[in-house]
Amino acid sequence: MDRQGNTYTFIYASVLVVVVAALLAFVSQTLKPIQQKNIEVAKKIDILKSVNITSTPKDAVEKYEKYIGNNSFILNYDGQKVDGDAFTVSLEKEVKKPAKDRLYPIYICTIDGTKKFIIPVRGKGLWGPIWGYISLNDDKKTIFGATFGHKGETPGLGAEIAKAPFQKQFSGKTIFDDNGKFTSVLVEKGQNSSGNPHAVDAISGGTITSKGVQAMLQDCLSGYVNFLKE
Amino acid sequence: MSEDKEPLFSAKNLKLITAPLGAQNPITVQVLGICSALAVTAKLEPAIVMSISVMFVVVFSNFIISLLRNTIPTRIRIIVQLVVVAALVILVDQILKAYAYEVSLQLSVFVGLIITNCIIMGRLEAFALANKPWQSVLDGIGNGAGYGIILVIIAFFREVLGSGTITLPALGTLHVIPKIFYEWGYQNNGLMILPPMALITVGIIIWVQRARNNDLIETK
Repeated sequence: MDRQGNTYTFIYASVLVVVVAALLAFVSQTLKPIQQKNIEVAKKIDILKSVNITSTPKDAVEKYEKYIGNNSFILNYDGQKVDGDAFTVSLEKEVKKPAKDRLYPIYICTIDGTKKFIIPVRGKGLWGPIWGYISLNDDKKTIFGATFGHKGETPGLGAEIAKAPFQKQFSGKTIFDDNGKFTSVLVEKGQNSSGNPHAVDAISGGTITSKGVQAMLQDCLSGYVNFLKE
Repeated sequence: MSEDKEPLFSAKNLKLITAPLGAQNPITVQVLGICSALAVTAKLEPAIVMSISVMFVVVFSNFIISLLRNTIPTRIRIIVQLVVVAALVILVDQILKAYAYEVSLQLSVFVGLIITNCIIMGRLEAFALANKPWQSVLDGIGNGAGYGIILVIIAFFREVLGSGTITLPALGTLHVIPKIFYEWGYQNNGLMILPPMALITVGIIIWVQRARNNDLIETK
């Protein structure tokens, strides 16, 4: 057969593509369970980090069982429990819905007998999605800890939200004022950690990411107000 | 078929491995694959994993293209090469996500970008299309190693000077700068972790290599 002819070229390309596609589909299906498990473990590490428990991929599952276990549930906008597994709720899909139709997963962590409420949040940074977990003390208004992650914020600027100095500021802030009105936490420049109880200092040079964090907290935490005020 | 009697590791074949390590180095001499060399060298571990990944891809793509070289229609040869390289890269990406999840997060998009690494397409076009599979494999090993060795050198200096640590796969993070140095006022140079210093480090390596090897200096 003519190796430079159209027929040969078409057949060659088709066969090649089918073979490669079959191979990749097979590999992807085979490795999927292991990859899924890695993602779950990473999520558990993140959740535990928001209550200042450090864990490694090796002990994360064990620690998660110990501190949280099955103690998580899904809420609706009115603060009532809904059936389902909180851990499997995809926040990526939920935040696209109107606030009233969303599912609101919440995790309850018990450390030394005291309860911490862990709320997952997700929003937009400058370049891509940002997410995090906020833990509240059992008074349901004071922040115990916060952790944030991002897909591709600028290193040294927006990416600083994933580092301890930024996250530590959240500890001790409150999301309700004295009259019980929801305030969220503002992320603004020049807010020293000693001043406003509802604000943290933004990152210089990471203004859009900082605003993204502020919008994310406002958007995601507000859905829990009915539950937290109970 | 007299050529087949050539020993597997003849001097000519060995040169395929050794040349890319020195005078034909893909990064410092041909200045290919620079972008990933700058991006993944802030720590040693991702640099090592990246080197192994690139070596895997270049060796196997060289081998496969060399096997197919007489069947590939000339008009679509670049597409065929791309399909083979892309398939191998996805394979590497999937395996990393399954067995080295944290490293895969650090390497993020750069594993996917191996597809566009000029070293790989360059070797396929320049070597694998015209040579036998065994020689192509050796050429792949040589170029992969040549790329890897530079990455590891850059990552070593950037991590030691920038973070004061060495992170190796399986061993974890080792602190190489003694604590007492910090008490005396030594500080890690944060600039080393940022991409510009990677470029400067590559520049210094090129400078040292050229100063030592007169063949590399262009004559007017």
